[in-house]
Amino acid sequence: MTEDPHAIAPNPPQRALPLHRQMDRIWSDLPGWRGSVASVNHGTIGLRFMATSFLFFSIGGVLAMLIRAQLATRDGAFLDTQLYNQIFTMHGSIMMFLFAIPMLEGLAMWLLPKILGARDMAFPRLGALGYWCYLFGGIIILSSLLFGVAPDGGWFMYVPLSGKTYTPGISADVWLLGVTFVEISAMAAAVEIIVTILRLRAAGMALTRMPLMGWYMLGTAAMMLVGFPPLILGSILLELERAFDWPFFDVLRGGDPMLWQHLFWLFGHPEVYIIFLPAAGVLSTIIPVFARTRILGYGAIVAAIVGLVFLSFGLWVHHMFTVGIPHMALAFFSAASALVAVPTSVQIFAWIGTMWAGRVDLRLPMLHVIGFFATFVMGGLTGVMLAMVPFNWQAHDTHFVVAHLHYVLVGGFVFPMLAGITYWMPMISGRFRVRALGEAAFWLIFLGFHGTFFIMHLTGLLGMPRRVDRYPDNPEWEWLNLVSSIGGMVMSVGFALFVLDIAMQWLFGRRSHRNPWKAQTMDWAMALPAPSYNFASLAGAGRHDASVTLPLARGEGLLPGAPRDRREVLVTEPGTGRPDHVAVLPGNTRLPIWTAAAIGSFFLLMLAGLYWATPLAILLILWAAWQWGGFMGSRRDAEPLAVAPGLALHEHWQMRNTLAYSGTVTLLVADATLYASLLFGVAFLTVIAPNWPPPDSGLGWPVLLTGAAALLMMGLGLVASLLAEAQRAAPPGRLAALAGVAAAGLALLLLAGVAWQFDDPTRHARDALRAALLGYAGFHGVVTLMLALRSLADVRQGRTSAMRRGAAPVWQLFQAFWLGTSALSLGVVALQEIG
Amino acid sequence: MLIGSGLITVLVLTLAGLAIWRGPRPSDERRWTIWWGLGFSMSVLAVLLAFALRAGERIIARDDGTLQVEAEAQQWRWRFVQPGPDGPVQTEGVLYVPAGQPFDIVLTSRDVIHSFWVPQLGGKMDAIPGHRNVHRLMADAPGTHEGLCAEFCGIGHAAMRFEVVVYDPADPPPFVSAESLP
Ligand SMILES: [Cu+2]
Repeated sequence: MTEDPHAIAPNPPQRALPLHRQMDRIWSDLPGWRGSVASVNHGTIGLRFMATSFLFFSIGGVLAMLIRAQLATRDGAFLDTQLYNQIFTMHGSIMMFLFAIPMLEGLAMWLLPKILGARDMAFPRLGALGYWCYLFGGIIILSSLLFGVAPDGGWFMYVPLSGKTYTPGISADVWLLGVTFVEISAMAAAVEIIVTILRLRAAGMALTRMPLMGWYMLGTAAMMLVGFPPLILGSILLELERAFDWPFFDVLRGGDPMLWQHLFWLFGHPEVYIIFLPAAGVLSTIIPVFARTRILGYGAIVAAIVGLVFLSFGLWVHHMFTVGIPHMALAFFSAASALVAVPTSVQIFAWIGTMWAGRVDLRLPMLHVIGFFATFVMGGLTGVMLAMVPFNWQAHDTHFVVAHLHYVLVGGFVFPMLAGITYWMPMISGRFRVRALGEAAFWLIFLGFHGTFFIMHLTGLLGMPRRVDRYPDNPEWEWLNLVSSIGGMVMSVGFALFVLDIAMQWLFGRRSHRNPWKAQTMDWAMALPAPSYNFASLAGAGRHDASVTLPLARGEGLLPGAPRDRREVLVTEPGTGRPDHVAVLPGNTRLPIWTAAAIGSFFLLMLAGLYWATPLAILLILWAAWQWGGFMGSRRDAEPLAVAPGLALHEHWQMRNTLAYSGTVTLLVADATLYASLLFGVAFLTVIAPNWPPPDSGLGWPVLLTGAAALLMMGLGLVASLLAEAQRAAPPGRLAALAGVAAAGLALLLLAGVAWQFDDPTRHARDALRAALLGYAGFHGVVTLMLALRSLADVRQGRTSAMRRGAAPVWQLFQAFWLGTSALSLGVVALQEIG
Repeated sequence: MLIGSGLITVLVLTLAGLAIWRGPRPSDERRWTIWWGLGFSMSVLAVLLAFALRAGERIIARDDGTLQVEAEAQQWRWRFVQPGPDGPVQTEGVLYVPAGQPFDIVLTSRDVIHSFWVPQLGGKMDAIPGHRNVHRLMADAPGTHEGLCAEFCGIGHAAMRFEVVVYDPADPPPFVSAESLP
């Protein structure tokens, strides 16, 4: 490493085994099941995500088999229509929300720190919270099936069918509340993934040279960050309509069912690429390993990822070609939908070129890669066909579309994930697999899949619509359906064998030696199975590959061991990867599961219709949230820590640009997207919906003045938050924090005054939208007030000093965001009143 | 288009197969990513898109005095209105249209979203509460076609079917007429 001017000198070597014991004591989970609910380690949480999602995958698979059994004959008497509708709705919802998304989140959480050379994700507790929200939400959704109140409106829940009039029970609420509960985990994962990739990479690993997996996950997380808020907003609005009769989607009162479709597909289309990108990341990681070469076209692939992220938000309308949209818009979205095939094809040819350059070793993961090629290329092409408007009109909502989407999702997600699981299994189990079983599983899955779905293209072209449970008048569809059903059974046996293979490997596999595939990336630079802390010391500038295993295990890298009995990680600069400071991560704690339970109590009360009791749940959530802040502060100024000879870095409590700060900025991007979606709703209903203009409000100046007074208070709060940080070491700092708390409280009171003057939100969509804007401001007021209180507590408890800032920087961010969005909302109301 | 897709699939899979089965060979980055990845895919897409836009142009409904019929969807039945000699004629579950001339169908819904689709006549269009969608279709020869609802609309969705009777314009059924009402 002498040629590198930025080289960091190595630490003196230690004996690896004592170092391992020291690290493992600090980083491992607590014993017993009571201890296991306190786990926050990314390895544990990532594996839990993946295992749980695979469980939901098998449940979704069983539901699919029930569907195939029903359709095998033309007047299948196996299920009644009601149950059939529940089953296909649940199949889609489970596979999307409880399998695919959590699976990729789990993979990201488990893999990213390892492949980027870090010890953990940026926010371990947030990862655990996400997991519990996912598990509890999933259980709520699933149990509805047992109680016979499962959602039955199709997995995209079109209104008005899913509205209160046409779906009176709680089945739609199960979907809306359950999915929103689960999506907390998606938002948490998106924030965590982005901050981890940008700030926890190994020292000196420049962004432009990180493993491709990092780029793929960065693209995925960016899309999740911007793609999920429209869905979450849509779910909130629909739940408000169902629970409180706020008419966002009711045409008689100025709403419009098309608003739901726009919000849903604003999420729904990027969703496809959110699922595809991590799978492509697996392929880009695995293919060079088995081709015994390097990936070809790194730069082109990165460009393709960035292109996909942007394009995927430009084509949501292509799911809505049949709703009657203007001619020019049709042409535009048709072109954009076709264009999205270009970055995908760049990647596919880069993979083929990589295999071309190398000698391909057909091990089991590579078989699944071939399964991907054979399946996905066809799915992509039928996708291009569907993008063509005249053909789309013909095939929309037939089994052709069902076949297409299964080719894309199974080809583009399931096969790469199977490849990934078989590839990383030795690192998870520390063992080789048992021979032959995996190959048999692959062939059964592969042949079963094509047997089911290839033929379904034909069924669709013959005109069979989706979502029918009987077809007594169409005997010509019968043999095709029977073939599909048999194929489905074969595929199920294949998946069962796959699970058996994994179990056998765990129980009977030979112990694997290090780096069994001779891979280059840093995830293999550790003993097998992967230790709880990943790396006993962290890789320095220059070498970020599997060759650094031994020096790192001997503590020659940066920040060796856990000499201070804490989970310490190295935070780097986003672009260059230059070491910036040392972050101390929280250890095992039950706070995440308690917080998830508090949030769950809110969702359950909403589901039960006990709206009067929800304030209790909200108080519970606020109490839990308050506890989270307890870790984020230190009462003493510490000396810089020795990271390597000649390199000493501060602890994160003495830094301003911490992981938490980056995380807050990232979260606010998602929050801003949610707000922008709400503004889109206002604009859309104002311009498009029938039954506008609304009845006169007669509000005028009093309400605008009250709103302006609230804005003034928010502005004062912003000044207070800036002063609280600037004067943190002096008495005025305490005063500023106190003033900030008062300003936030007063602003909230004034917002209540605005609410008092507003019209009844059930009268017209405009009034409902105003109430939603106000609710948004109120929610952010409460968060800001909490942060102001936290800053006050920091000052009073001596957690601030000239070096330590406490919560003030994060408070400023939220305060400014609250002020900005509220000012926009007031502007909207003023425009409606004046214009 | 089916044939084209099939050919491209075979081509890509052959390339992948060749790459896998034969040993290491020199592999040029630009050739794969620029020529194949960008060039090949863009040209295929451009051709496809041009065809689609041209075909789409012909079937877009315009306001040019074409015969208009109306369909109103409701869980789970269709009501049609077509011009007759003595004013509009309402029918339930059966739509009468003349052969050999385009007609516009105006779609509305009384409750949830439905979708009007007659596979033999071409594409489909949604019936959405609060909206009026117009869709242009044409039947070539007299006969009877099966139509169905193509957007999931509740428990009776699968049974929400209708019939389209295409008649010879020279010899219409006594109660309808092929002329637009003034
Ligand atoms: Cu219908």
